[in-house]
Amino acid sequence: MATATASTSSSLVLPSALPLDSGQALYHVEIAYKTYGELNADKSNAIIVFHALTGDQHVASPHPITGKPGWWDRMVGEGKPIDTSRFHVICANFVGGCMGSTGPASAGPDGEPWGMKFPVITVRDMVRSQVALLDALGIGTLHAVVGPSMGGMLALSLAANYPGRAKRVLGIATPASMSAQNIAFHEVGRQAIMADPDWNGGDYYVTGKPPDAGLAVARMAAHVTYLSEAALAEKFGRRLQDREAKSFSFDADFQMESYLRHQGLSFTSRFDANSYLYISRAMDYFDLAEEHGGRLADAFANCTARFCLISFDTDWLYPTSEMRKIVHALNAVAAPVSFVELSAPYGHDSFLLDVPALDRVIKGFLE
Amino acid sequence: MSPAIAALRPDLAVIARHIPAGARVLDIGCGDGSLMAVLRDQRGVDARGLEIDPEEVEQAVARGLSVMQGDADRDLADYPNDAFDYAILSQTLQTAKRPDWMLDQLLRVGRQAFVSFPNFAYWRMRVSLMLHGKMPVMRHLPVSWYATENIHHVTVADFEALLKDRGVKVERSWFFAADREVGAAGANWRAEYAVFQLSR
Repeated sequence: MATATASTSSSLVLPSALPLDSGQALYHVEIAYKTYGELNADKSNAIIVFHALTGDQHVASPHPITGKPGWWDRMVGEGKPIDTSRFHVICANFVGGCMGSTGPASAGPDGEPWGMKFPVITVRDMVRSQVALLDALGIGTLHAVVGPSMGGMLALSLAANYPGRAKRVLGIATPASMSAQNIAFHEVGRQAIMADPDWNGGDYYVTGKPPDAGLAVARMAAHVTYLSEAALAEKFGRRLQDREAKSFSFDADFQMESYLRHQGLSFTSRFDANSYLYISRAMDYFDLAEEHGGRLADAFANCTARFCLISFDTDWLYPTSEMRKIVHALNAVAAPVSFVELSAPYGHDSFLLDVPALDRVIKGFLE
Repeated sequence: MSPAIAALRPDLAVIARHIPAGARVLDIGCGDGSLMAVLRDQRGVDARGLEIDPEEVEQAVARGLSVMQGDADRDLADYPNDAFDYAILSQTLQTAKRPDWMLDQLLRVGRQAFVSFPNFAYWRMRVSLMLHGKMPVMRHLPVSWYATENIHHVTVADFEALLKDRGVKVERSWFFAADREVGAAGANWRAEYAVFQLSR
């Protein structure tokens, strides 16, 4: 059956300047977004989906560069858990991204690409820009806000900073703040990019030689954190790649190496290295409690939304223990919250993969 | 009584009948949320649940209920004081690590509590134990001693003693045998299971 979900690609320039947490402001901010499903007459069936670090607005339609199905094609579409025959689904590329929204590759005030002159942005800045998008689209109250992984940070940030804007808040495999370990992996990735001579201090748009080697290593390091040890053992083990014996060289002898190299390389065709720096930085800075006087419960004090939080037992990037902190904070303010730790073998990436229980919980929560 | 309430397990039906419309309720060990759904749909109750089994939680969430997966032995401590009008603990007290702690928590997070539990001093239990000298396995306690989750078997008399000890007030109590209500007289012999409505 697998019919492509009907979608509309759009882009708009925010009507006013976007104030940033850094104290700066961004002008003429362009937001590229996609919508799926019809908006009903009273505009009450809108769901905004926030993508993950390297995701984009192509949630349920083929990616324009890779041609692959949308990153959450299995979740969003007609008759799927986020049912586009009932809901109007909006997904926008983050500010700082590289799929059409204003980011470091966009032209800055002097007409040249921003590069590293692009201001450092935060998760809250991204949320602010997407709320401005909703305002521009005339969408007031959302039926739901949905975010997996980094998208969950935006969902929680929207709930905390714009209480009442969404009736339902669904966060999947996401934390209320980045742990030291999370920051460490990001820093490895950023240093790999910046150590690539082609990075050139972020000015590589003119040379036409982006730091692909560095970006590929960043992706490789990150990719390991998205999978469970058991998933790697099952998928690759110590099996060799297209050979009978070890080559006694540094060729990709192991299937594991070959896979990672492929992941790294293919990533460079669709992602901008500077965007990776900026978005990963925004994640590092994310600490919802810190934004609200140090007490996470205070972040949710004025929330009226229903919450649903889902973790996976094999996710060691944003483990259940991190999600429980959010749950405890919501309980402390007596918010209506559901929480479940689902069993799935794949690690953090379980949210993208075949986990039937996830489909059922999401569908039920959005009813 | 509405058919939805009548269709509940008798101890749950008693609880459902005595929770006023619009109350805030925490159902501890809520399973798939059958009681919560009835309370919400029939009485407009703001019901929350706590359940340890992820598959049960999944079913409850799919019903649109607010249910947390967690271990009541640990996670009840995270709820603020007086967050609920009623805390419900049905057929779960005997599985708690520390039933006395659990009782304190119920009456801390809820102004009142409903507690139901199987009565280990039910006459059939006593007879079974006396005749066979083995831990009874019967309709209301169907699992063998080594596999049961009931780690603190309790009798009506034991429970009443704990309440007295803790200064907990009994608002009402109900006793059942073979799913029919029996009187309070001789309940420690006659009741297969009991329901208590408690307050501080």
